[in-house]
Amino acid sequence: MAYSEKVVEHYNNPRNVGSLPKEDPNVGTGLVGAPECGDVMKLQMKINPDTQVIEEAKFKTFGCGSAIASSSLATEWVKGKTVEEALSIKNTDIVRELALPPVKIHCSVLAEDAIKAAIGDWKKKHGIEVPVAEKAAH
Amino acid sequence: MSVKLPIYMDNHATTPVDPRVVDAMLPYFTEKFGNAASRNHSFGWAGEEAVETARQQIASLINATPKEIIFTSGATESDNLMIKGIAEMFREKGNHIITQAIEHKAVLDTCKRLEKDGFEVTYLPVQKDGRVNLDELKAAIRPTTILITIMYANNEIGVINPIPEIGKIAKEHGIFFASDGVQAVGKIPVDVQKDNIDLLAISGHKIYGPKGVGALYVRRRNPRVQLSAIIDGGGHERGMRSGTLNVTGIVGLGKACELCQQEMAAESVRLAGLRDRLRKGLEGKLDEVFINGSTEHRLPNNLNMSFAYVEGESLLMGINDIAVSSGSACTSATLEPSYVLKALGVGEDLAHTSIRFGLGRFNTQEEVDYVIDKMVQVVTKLRELSPLYEMAKEGIDISKMKWQTA
Ligand SMILES: Cc1ncc(COP(=O)(O)O)c(C=O)c1O
Ligand code: FES
Repeated sequence: MAYSEKVVEHYNNPRNVGSLPKEDPNVGTGLVGAPECGDVMKLQMKINPDTQVIEEAKFKTFGCGSAIASSSLATEWVKGKTVEEALSIKNTDIVRELALPPVKIHCSVLAEDAIKAAIGDWKKKHGIEVPVAEKAAH
Repeated sequence: MSVKLPIYMDNHATTPVDPRVVDAMLPYFTEKFGNAASRNHSFGWAGEEAVETARQQIASLINATPKEIIFTSGATESDNLMIKGIAEMFREKGNHIITQAIEHKAVLDTCKRLEKDGFEVTYLPVQKDGRVNLDELKAAIRPTTILITIMYANNEIGVINPIPEIGKIAKEHGIFFASDGVQAVGKIPVDVQKDNIDLLAISGHKIYGPKGVGALYVRRRNPRVQLSAIIDGGGHERGMRSGTLNVTGIVGLGKACELCQQEMAAESVRLAGLRDRLRKGLEGKLDEVFINGSTEHRLPNNLNMSFAYVEGESLLMGINDIAVSSGSACTSATLEPSYVLKALGVGEDLAHTSIRFGLGRFNTQEEVDYVIDKMVQVVTKLRELSPLYEMAKEGIDISKMKWQTA
């Protein structure tokens, strides 16, 4: 399969690779797996509790090039956004930006799920209710 | 010394045509274009003579006689013909066929079609090393069994089955033994007499011959094997396969077999040396790599290795100047990991991370060294990116993890 230039670019120069301390109360961790293909994505964000701004984001992904690019892009997009803004990122935005083909749509879903899971984890640490609806629509 | 990129190391998928084969074929496109079935002019005779030479060359490679070689469009057709041909011819005698789980789709899907047609098929599991278990084979035999079809060597893991033993069991029970010999013929000695093979499928493009041409060995003595045709027409190839012969392709297949016969002894040693260099190079520089399938009973040119915690498709993307293939789900349209590795009991996690290296006649030591360096570099980079590698290093048992799946 031929990859789009943007996927290749993110694959070659992935942004924000790494880990943040899981135990830090201001760090939310999302670890999600794609049931379709068994791939795994870990997304972490450091969120300022006063401003709700995402100050840092890191990822690690076991998956195809599109999954790596989706998570790299996700970290880029969430940085500097507020929690509410980050939650409005849709997998379809990622599909569009990276020009993913239909078989690779679930890779972008994985990235959306990871964002939601990381924010959910942070909210839980801060005793904020997580509505059930906050899940990617597949 | 610098190597020429990209490097081709996917010789189980196909091989380049040997230039000597091309030379042999060329005249048959132009001045010697005759139809081998034209009996009354020199153009036809030249075609026929070329076909008979090729029959001889193929027969010689597998210790058969020329009359036992039928030409086809490739091994997919040969596999279809040997299985459907026996099934139809002997359906009165019995309706049971034995095969095994990691056959090529040309065999598996043929068997599946026959099941719809009233046949019963046993798909033997394979052992962890990828070979068929002989006791399980014996236990599967029924009074109604008419055919055992088991491949000589597997196209993904290169594992060689105990073919002489299977042939003996089949013979003792009076059951025909068909084998998909695509990956073995021309690479390792295949002897239809010693191995008691009744039908053997061969493909041109896996042995440095052209695509779109293949052969089927059909035993004529002890016992004489009769086969129903699956293509109707002019009754070529003694009625077993109608259609004007692809003379040019057949000349190429014949020449390819001749070269294999002449060079196999030296070539298999050279390729096994390169393969072992590749294996040792990777094992020496990377931790947590695993070989899939038997290392003892294996084609000299195959290495199938899993690189734990690194997903196969992303690995292929990183080594984009090297042509190999992966058993990863992400590389397939269905998102299913390799059924071959699954049948061996390789977990999905490791099946995902597998790479198949298929060495060939034109690979060099410099290429192997380049591949080692590049693989080490990309695997190391991707492991830094892998949450699974990180967890493993922290001592978290990934198989026991509960995922927050969406
Ligand atoms: C084991 C095996 N059998 C059959 C085939 C099909 O051969 P062909 O491409 O000549 O139809 C292949 C090649 O893909 C193969 O590896
Ligand atoms: S995450 Fe497996 S195909 Fe993309």
